[in-house]
Amino acid sequence: MIKKFQNITSKSAPLISVAVICLLWLFVSEGELIAAYMLPSPLSVIKAFVSDFSILMKHAAVTLQEAIYGLLIGILAAFVIATVMDRFPFLYKAFYPVLIVTQTVPTIAIAPLLVLWMGFSMAPKITLVVITTFFPVTVSLLDGYKSADKDAIDLIRSMGGSKLTVFRHIKLPSALPSFFSGLKVSASYAVVGGVIAEWLGGFEGLGVYMTRVKKAYAFDKMFAVIIFISIISLLLMLLISVLEKRVIKWKNTDQ
Amino acid sequence: MKYLETKNITKSFDGKEIIRDISIYLEKGEIVSLLGVSGSGKTTLFNIISGLSAADSGEVFLEGESIIQKPGVVSYMLQKDLLLPYYSILENVSLPLVIKGKLSKKEAKEKASALFSQFGLEGTENKFPHQLSGGMRQRAAFLRTYLASDKVALLDEPFSALDTITKNAVHRWYLDIMEKIRLSTLFVTHDIDEAILLSDRIYILSGNPGRISHEITVKAKKPRSDDFVVSEEFISYKKQIFEALKG
Ligand SMILES: Nc1ncnc2c1ncn2[C@@H]1O[C@H](COP(=O)(O)OP(=O)(O)OP(=O)(O)O)[C@@H](O)[C@H]1O
Ligand SMILES: [Mg+2]
Repeated sequence: MIKKFQNITSKSAPLISVAVICLLWLFVSEGELIAAYMLPSPLSVIKAFVSDFSILMKHAAVTLQEAIYGLLIGILAAFVIATVMDRFPFLYKAFYPVLIVTQTVPTIAIAPLLVLWMGFSMAPKITLVVITTFFPVTVSLLDGYKSADKDAIDLIRSMGGSKLTVFRHIKLPSALPSFFSGLKVSASYAVVGGVIAEWLGGFEGLGVYMTRVKKAYAFDKMFAVIIFISIISLLLMLLISVLEKRVIKWKNTDQ
Repeated sequence: MKYLETKNITKSFDGKEIIRDISIYLEKGEIVSLLGVSGSGKTTLFNIISGLSAADSGEVFLEGESIIQKPGVVSYMLQKDLLLPYYSILENVSLPLVIKGKLSKKEAKEKASALFSQFGLEGTENKFPHQLSGGMRQRAAFLRTYLASDKVALLDEPFSALDTITKNAVHRWYLDIMEKIRLSTLFVTHDIDEAILLSDRIYILSGNPGRISHEITVKAKKPRSDDFVVSEEFISYKKQIFEALKG
């Protein structure tokens, strides 16, 4: 009973904090403590969202496509890179530092280059999403593979299992929890990565919409799209959590 | 010709000799234990017999054929129970059959599940390892070992992690099962009582590097009753082993 109560409070805690923030926002903007053109009231943001709904959806479809293609290619690349690096220790030693260095290059700085090289199509956006998403997944997979129990590997070898068998029954399953936490980080980058690339050139997508409303000083629309982007990212992460629960079933069984 | 035999196995790590000239044997259907202090090289020897690691010199024969560095011939229950947390008990137990590749996943599961009740594991098929007690986990790990090879099993301190009461129950269970399956077994233990209770013969590994210093045959008839552990005979074996360990 007490546990149930705690469960309810712990689940509602984030909702309460979000509600408080919204109320505070409402109070500050409706009370005109901050000028409306700088901080639009939540009500006008909602209004903007409703009136622009169909346009937002059209743009969102484009951005989401870029994010998902980019994420999928990123995962695939991460999987290949991490698995090969784990299989050949000298590659791990040679390329791990390179991998880290790629992460210190700011996304915003490469985005214009990508647009220059690839034009205004979807390609530079997807590429940028790939660049931002493959890294967390690669590192989490590498760590996951490394976390595999040496004795469990010996057990499979003692049964006459090959390297591939060890991978299939020990390395891969051991890496899954870590893989999913990396994937959640990547998913949160994916949509934002797509939006940033759209700022710098393109004809559709939430980033393009954002630059347009910014030029028109439509702050309410600006806020609406920012919140919308957060929501899409959250939904994507939620989707991955659901997927994780389905894949890692054994963690959800009780004693 | 002995069923399983090691000949003059020597192994060093980083220039330091861990075991020297280990020659032991195992007859078909025999249960032989290897008793020795921590660090005397028991696991090192098992890693060699199981084919996982190479010896510096020496040979291992099963039915006259060399099995050195040939994993997959004898089965090996490592020092931890090592049930894979992400597989159900049935999946864990049938894993060696799947890996050997002779059976499909489904056939392997059928073959394994047919043995669950005999091993006292009925009802655990679809549970995950963390849902089982320590004793049940050992049973499952032992069944998996048996399915990995019904020729020879190497058990590395299979019951050492269990509390005394559970251990006694598992010993009963083990003796019962062994009466039925007659698996030729070489097992490592620190526990003198366990060695006397379960074995037909006991090797004592001692010294630095580790060598076989004594061999003791436990003649007590089988199946051994609950009274065996408090009998004169048992005490006299215990004395004999204490003496052997001393010098
Ligand atoms: N891979 C290795 N590299 C270096 N030294 C090792 C290695 N494996 C074992 N040793 C050393 O060899 C010695 C014997 O180890 P081993 O694990 O065989 O002992 P054991 O008799 O099984 O001990 P325990 O009863 O504690 O399990 C120890 O001193 C250990 O540090
Ligand atoms: Mg050991």
